[in-house]
Amino acid sequence: MTELVATTPGLFPLPDWAKSDLADLKGRQKADLISGDESNAVVSTYERARAAVVDDQFDADLDLFVEGQLRWDDMLAHPLTVHDRVEAGRIARYYDNNNFYRDPRVVGELTPSGDVGVELTAASELIDETAPLQAVLPGPYSLADLATDAYYGDEREFLSALAEFLAAEVDAFPDHETLFLLEPSLVESPPGDDVAEAVPEAIDVVASATDADVVVHTYFGALGEKTYAHLMDADVDAFGLDLVADDREATVYNAVEYGVPDAVALGVADGQNTRIESAETLRERASWFTEQVPMADFDTVYLSTNTELFYLPVNRYREKLAALAAAADIEREVSA
Amino acid sequence: MVRNPSNREQFRPADHDAEHFLLTTVVGSYPKPTWLTRAKKLADDSESGFDERALAEAQDDAARLITHEHERAGLDTVVDGEMRRDEMVEYFAHRIPGYEFNGPVKVWGHNYFDKPSVVSEVEYDEPWLLEEFEFTASVATRPVKVPITGPYTLARWSFNEAYDDEAALAYDLAELVNEEIHRLVEAGARYVQIDEPALATTPGEHAIVGECLERIVDGVPEDVRVCLHVCYGDYSKLYPAINDFPIDEFDVELCNDGYEQIDVFRSPAFEPDLALGVVDVHTAEVESVAEIKSNIEQGLKVVSPDRLTVSPDCGVKLLPREIAYQKLENLATAAREIEAELDADEIEIAGPSDD
Ligand SMILES: [Zn+2]
Repeated sequence: MTELVATTPGLFPLPDWAKSDLADLKGRQKADLISGDESNAVVSTYERARAAVVDDQFDADLDLFVEGQLRWDDMLAHPLTVHDRVEAGRIARYYDNNNFYRDPRVVGELTPSGDVGVELTAASELIDETAPLQAVLPGPYSLADLATDAYYGDEREFLSALAEFLAAEVDAFPDHETLFLLEPSLVESPPGDDVAEAVPEAIDVVASATDADVVVHTYFGALGEKTYAHLMDADVDAFGLDLVADDREATVYNAVEYGVPDAVALGVADGQNTRIESAETLRERASWFTEQVPMADFDTVYLSTNTELFYLPVNRYREKLAALAAAADIEREVSA
Repeated sequence: MVRNPSNREQFRPADHDAEHFLLTTVVGSYPKPTWLTRAKKLADDSESGFDERALAEAQDDAARLITHEHERAGLDTVVDGEMRRDEMVEYFAHRIPGYEFNGPVKVWGHNYFDKPSVVSEVEYDEPWLLEEFEFTASVATRPVKVPITGPYTLARWSFNEAYDDEAALAYDLAELVNEEIHRLVEAGARYVQIDEPALATTPGEHAIVGECLERIVDGVPEDVRVCLHVCYGDYSKLYPAINDFPIDEFDVELCNDGYEQIDVFRSPAFEPDLALGVVDVHTAEVESVAEIKSNIEQGLKVVSPDRLTVSPDCGVKLLPREIAYQKLENLATAAREIEAELDADEIEIAGPSDD
């Protein structure tokens, strides 16, 4: 029997009132972005915004709740851009999108910062044990890909330092049910041969810091065959796979050819389009995958958007959450 | 294939006293006067008593003012600084049936954009820019250029809920742009610029932009100058494909990175006219006339002087207004000095084929 779990990769859009309040409080320029030492007014605005997106998840009736990552001005680069030993560099394009972030330039040893743990603790208090908490972090490879190393000097060493850094962040997390490690860079700029083997090792370092179920979530398309095969060496509970992208057939091929863990997170709803898929469509997309991978016996299928949700206007993001929850609810338990 | 770049001669001012003629122009946007921004805010607030008619008057005043500011700077062709437009995609999406707005989305930090959704087939309804053009032409003493956001950018920077893919949407939008250009031409427009900044982010899709341009220029008379503006891209991925585009002129920013990519356009031979960015729009330091002259000479590495247009890198709307003005004035002065030096045979033209 397969358990269906409605969840998201987080990084929600700010509520519209918070968009303008924070623009007024912080400013709109590069130097005004989040630094980790915000004023009280900024902190309390984010607290109200966090409460609003926790409510959104209650309203949608999701099975796992995220904190929303509303403070992550630099998206997945956030855990580095707030670090003391990182300089916020030039404004860089965020993958293939019309979005930009500050390129974090690592100039010193990456000691634990606790920044993400503080956010999760606040979320956990809001949720108050009425729903399980899902932690979200960039995976070590994507974080390395988004950053510039001016300290460690070697690609593998940098990757392993980032893994240790992320593991230390996880150490400071409150109790959580799942940890999503977002790894779009594995698709967008796959590791070369010299680093490919180090990727599952780095992921293991982060994964071993928690007792929660760990999902390595990939998107912006299918993983390359080689990357996928290497990822099978990682000791994680689930892969997250993009079923919205045009090349989704390649994802099925990878799973059939190289196997797949007993749990899988399926990016069935498009996080980058305002078109709202019905619950039935989302379920069909999930079955489209699971039925083509007959040898796998999935105990858990997470139903999710493929990407983060900040690309969407607030009304549509809420509708996406509701559609995911409804899709998981069509019948609670089905056989794969 | 290029259209008819020789249509540039019509923009030579009657009192132009040099034999050489470098066409001077702008990309389009210009800083809005502070009072216009305030008027817009007032008009958005229903309790202010400042109504749409008052806003329209303010926009007319601003368009007149900035058109004249362009003329005072000495430019050969002018724009109203896009005083009536808030944003390059939103403005058009509001005027095209088939589009819907759901709210702001993040671009970066706390900068947002009302990214529209295409929810049904796009259609042509009321003209988009006819009033803007007619007004500007009525107050200008110089020819008016009309910048239009291109169909590829309108498609890429929207959510596509209705079409099979973005190319199909872009082609439909290109038909609408064609319709709009026909109306503008009927009203007297002789210089239109298609803005396609989205092409810089996905240069691999240049064939779609080429297809769009074929639709855009369909039936447009040869004496109408058609320019394509692209900015902040890796041009090794676009060149020489743009030689096949049906355009008269290709406008490109290269000043901001010190013409690092200029050689890309030298081989094979550049076919359309080149409109080259010679002032940076992201730095508030005003380039000196001497500096701009040496930037203009970069353009002469690609095309001969009779095929060179000079403009800022991109729209100047993010600059302080006095800085924007100074840059344009220095740009015009530099062009006139280069023309005089060319007339006097004082400039060695490197020529596209020499090194
Ligand atoms: Zn531009």
